Amino acid sequence: MTLMDRRRRSDTLRGKVAIVGIGEVPTRRVIPDRTMYGLNAEAAKIAIADAGLRKEDINGLVTDGAAALATMAEYIGIRPTFATGVSMQGASGASATTVAASAINGGLADTVLVVMGNSRLDRAVPGGASVRSEWEEAYGPAAGAGTGYAQIYTRHMYEFGTTQEQMAIVAANQRFNAQENENAVFHGQPASKEDVLSSRYINYPLRILESVMPCDGAAALIMTRADRAKSFPHRPVYLLGAGMEQSNANIWQTDRITTTPVKTSAARAFQMSGYGPGDMQFAEFYDCYTILVAVTLEDAGFVEKGEIGPFYESTDTTYKGSFPINTDGGQLSGGQPGLAGGFRHVIEGARQIMGRGGGRQVALNDLCMVNG
Amino acid sequence: MTTEYNKPLPRLVNEAVSRPFWDAAKRHELVMPRCLNCSNMFFYPREQCPNCYSDNTEWVPVSGKGRVYSYTVVYQPANRAFQEETPYIFAIVQLNEGPRIPTNLLECEIDGVELEMPVEVVFDDVTDDVTLVKFKPA
Ligand SMILES: [Zn+2]
Repeated sequence: MTLMDRRRRSDTLRGKVAIVGIGEVPTRRVIPDRTMYGLNAEAAKIAIADAGLRKEDINGLVTDGAAALATMAEYIGIRPTFATGVSMQGASGASATTVAASAINGGLADTVLVVMGNSRLDRAVPGGASVRSEWEEAYGPAAGAGTGYAQIYTRHMYEFGTTQEQMAIVAANQRFNAQENENAVFHGQPASKEDVLSSRYINYPLRILESVMPCDGAAALIMTRADRAKSFPHRPVYLLGAGMEQSNANIWQTDRITTTPVKTSAARAFQMSGYGPGDMQFAEFYDCYTILVAVTLEDAGFVEKGEIGPFYESTDTTYKGSFPINTDGGQLSGGQPGLAGGFRHVIEGARQIMGRGGGRQVALNDLCMVNG
Repeated sequence: MTTEYNKPLPRLVNEAVSRPFWDAAKRHELVMPRCLNCSNMFFYPREQCPNCYSDNTEWVPVSGKGRVYSYTVVYQPANRAFQEETPYIFAIVQLNEGPRIPTNLLECEIDGVELEMPVEVVFDDVTDDVTLVKFKPA
């Protein structure tokens, strides 16, 4: 074995992780009165006890592609710093275990729960009953996902004195940026703060210009080993740190709705990178609604909790400004092509670091934080 | 009571778990699940306590009093059946006993809501079979 072979081997998962507990709900033709999430939660309970752990010790969650991660985390009562669903048909269990090992080896979690299960009864429910179908839909939630975000907005106004005028700046600055992005759905359609404030409500306090527009589109990226990256045509965009936290599915299940999982995920990303919020030169932050950009910037540590309103009043966050945010217009002005809407923040961060921002290129383009 | 109620009714995730809540509402009683192992009162109901994983739970009556934790005023509902009601208040109420519940606020102007405002339960018999749990200023 050559030295290079040996080094390669030490870079693999070999010998890096171990399974320390198992749990199984007895298999039956039908398990009456139990949902898929309930069965998963019971299997989790058994495995956690088998390992001699408490649920608080679990900080990773890997499940199959059929389960909604947030609902799973809610049932099991955990907030893992790594969570993903693995869809590989019959190989999902082995694949999920491998993904869990990779996450541990990569420092994204220490102790990962891998769990999957099935309830045939559950699948028989017409139209797929859910926590929302039982507890929210009869009370008339708003169009889109705005019901929960509006309640975060209302609560943020109550706790910190944030105003709708301040949140309108979030939307207006991003719309300014989109005027230099020909790929943005609202390219060529400027909108001022006043335009935002005079647009109609979807659901108070959210106006239509503070809410994403569903669109068609797609995005992709290529990642390779750092030691190969310099031989490619563009300036390499290195991943310096990453963090996650999986929170609740339902806003009313969250203790403090004005604090998001970004408080944990950003702290972990900064810790891994060796940098802090003050080192970042620009940011690309998930923005289905204005209020989400606002609270997540707070939680990432760019300002103190509750200070985002005054920050937007005093800081130029356009691509020309001292701290550019959502330089391509974000989803609010770029549009939301499904899950590629959030992916745009990764793409735009990379584009700016490569120096390919064109008319919207930021001046300082070495360090960016992306929140998806 | 209307016989032509055209809005969505609750579609239960698991009859075996949450039927007692809806049956109680029909009797105009508000009940919450509580864990007999760790005393955690939780909502929504589920098969095991989300705090300690015990499946030994009971239903207990609660006061029906609480406070507005947050709210939104709906102008454009997800379901068109609600359009004629707009604008209306969709809120999260935190019960005095602790759990939070999504609901509507009745008998309240849309610009008259304040967070932490005290509210009390109202049982809305929307059909012969279904009673929704709503709140009004206390
Ligand atoms: Zn308990």
